[in-house]
Amino acid sequence: MRDWRFTARQLAKNPLSLIGVILIAIFLVIAIFAPLIAPMPAGQTDPYMIPRDGYWAEPRPPSELHPFGTTQGQYDVFYGVIWGARTAFRVALIVISVSILIGIVLGSLAGYFGGVLDEVIMRITDIFMAFPWLILAMALVTVLGPSMKSVLIALCVVWWPSYARLIRGDILQVREEDYVEAARGLGASSARVIMRHVLPNAIYPALIMASLDIGAVVLSAAALSFLGLGAPEGYADWGQLTQFAQNWIIGPMNDPLKYWYAVTIPGLFIFFFVLGWNLLGDAFRDIFDPRLARR
Amino acid sequence: MEDLIRIRDLTVRFHTYEGVVYAIDDLDLDIRQGETLGIVGETGSGKTMTALAILRLIPYPGRIESGSIVLLGRDHQSGLELLKLKDDGMRSIRGNKISMVFQEPGAALNPVYTIGDQISEVFLLHRRQELSDRARHQLDDLISNRNGFAASVKRPFWRWQRRLYRKIAQDSHFFEPRLISRLPLFRRLLWRLRNEAELLTVNMLKDVEISDPARVASLYPHNLSGGMKQRAVIAMALACSPELLIADEPTTSLDVTIQAQMLELFRRIKVDKGASVLFITHNLGVASEVCDRVGVMYAGRLCEVASVEEMFLHPLHPYTKALLEAVPIPGRELQTIPGVLADSMNPPPGCRFHPRCPSAMPTCQQERPKPKEVSNGHMVACYLY
Repeated sequence: MRDWRFTARQLAKNPLSLIGVILIAIFLVIAIFAPLIAPMPAGQTDPYMIPRDGYWAEPRPPSELHPFGTTQGQYDVFYGVIWGARTAFRVALIVISVSILIGIVLGSLAGYFGGVLDEVIMRITDIFMAFPWLILAMALVTVLGPSMKSVLIALCVVWWPSYARLIRGDILQVREEDYVEAARGLGASSARVIMRHVLPNAIYPALIMASLDIGAVVLSAAALSFLGLGAPEGYADWGQLTQFAQNWIIGPMNDPLKYWYAVTIPGLFIFFFVLGWNLLGDAFRDIFDPRLARR
Repeated sequence: MEDLIRIRDLTVRFHTYEGVVYAIDDLDLDIRQGETLGIVGETGSGKTMTALAILRLIPYPGRIESGSIVLLGRDHQSGLELLKLKDDGMRSIRGNKISMVFQEPGAALNPVYTIGDQISEVFLLHRRQELSDRARHQLDDLISNRNGFAASVKRPFWRWQRRLYRKIAQDSHFFEPRLISRLPLFRRLLWRLRNEAELLTVNMLKDVEISDPARVASLYPHNLSGGMKQRAVIAMALACSPELLIADEPTTSLDVTIQAQMLELFRRIKVDKGASVLFITHNLGVASEVCDRVGVMYAGRLCEVASVEEMFLHPLHPYTKALLEAVPIPGRELQTIPGVLADSMNPPPGCRFHPRCPSAMPTCQQERPKPKEVSNGHMVACYLY
């Protein structure tokens, strides 16, 4: 109870983190209630496929039937961004949790035990980090065949090394602390020392980086989709919607902002999602870190 | 008095990139039951390494090369060779039979757990049997004395819990309790163990003279003052009433009034709990206050061991004499020992102190002096005697 009140007060104290919480809460509501906000049209089987209203290439402006207009190929933008929130959460959370998990396991093995094991694990990590991430991810998606699953796999593969390295570094620092020595002096086993004493003190930087990275993962997935290497055509994904709008960023000479809705609306969704997580990252630091005084 | 720990020919070396560091060289030392043995010496003379060697916690790249450390005492009349124990055997010694108080009380406490959590952990590690017995008695009481509807609904659950605790008490390697203690949410079912551990913790905190122990147990280390933290660390070390308490410069980082209180506490612990204390310090004044016997170390070797009175009134080894001369006295110019501490990577041959010794002889440069018993209980390693 006391902790909850402390959390609430920390959030209220910093208006920026409050904005972050509100933004993410709104997106959560959108993702959870997507079937109510944008009901699947009758006769459709996969809710993640955006319904289309004809095959005309030119986007059409917002109307009663399509509140945010339609994009290239007459895909409904409103339906796309609402269900895209689910895709964004899924991609971000899966990629980040897999990366953190791999990072924790490899990072703590390397950091705590050191020696040859450390060398081997960290050199493998270096190999992965030596590739430009976008090119590695593109190559992987191409090899695996463009689909949502290969985007997830590719992003996990390029994402874990930075966590392994970060966690290893923090563990190297924490394992030298006296209380780790004291815990071993009191008869705790290596596994117990790592799980109970080292990791809880070394994990915070990684958790904060994770909440900042959630935005970055969504951006990267959008970048892959923008390059045409992502979800199948018509899949509800913000990156895909921006890709559809590629040719319609600038309208005809006499009306350059004619197709603003096709670019701006998915762009704004990505923007606020990333912004929300970045603001939340700071808030997490204030809330999670028990070293900050709780009064 | 009988011996508790018998160290023979202990050699600890560090294999570093630059070469071999001779941290401890052929050390012989006995710790008797119920005594406080002080080890004094300069920084880098191997005091802390001796302590860590007893716990077998020498940090990498250090290794115990040879020797033997035998633990005698209550449960080991015939002696237990610590250096031959397996890892889990050693873990059941650490914190249970032998425990250690570190120099920096702030750093020896984990900042993310409350004081109570950290002390209970020791009980949960080494006193599972006792804790589960106590939990079982409580359940017996609940099952037989509670009436009413709620109790009759809960009774089968209580019975199941009682069976669980009985299994834990018999042997912690049963499948069911082990599985439960591994699963994150189910682990909470064993809350009675934790509860009992917390009760013991509060008692322990009372023992080290912390007022309002229940409140202190719920605080985080950063909420406490230095003296309080040191008391909490001592409580943690004493939790399982160890036979040997190793105190590695426990008063160095505290101010003088707190230091005096700590020394008083150590003296009381020794009397109350009957534990032996290995007291490592570089402060001769502190050593003379608390110790029964004192050993002087220089460059990884023991030069002299004697009772406190002997050591301070009739020091024999030139190094001990020089150390006592170097104690600052107001109004007198500070005496120093010429030269620097021997390089532990290329130690001088023969007696390690000979380059700085005022009464060095030719033999000192060639052969190592053997420890000799000069008078009753007074050992010295020097060719002068």
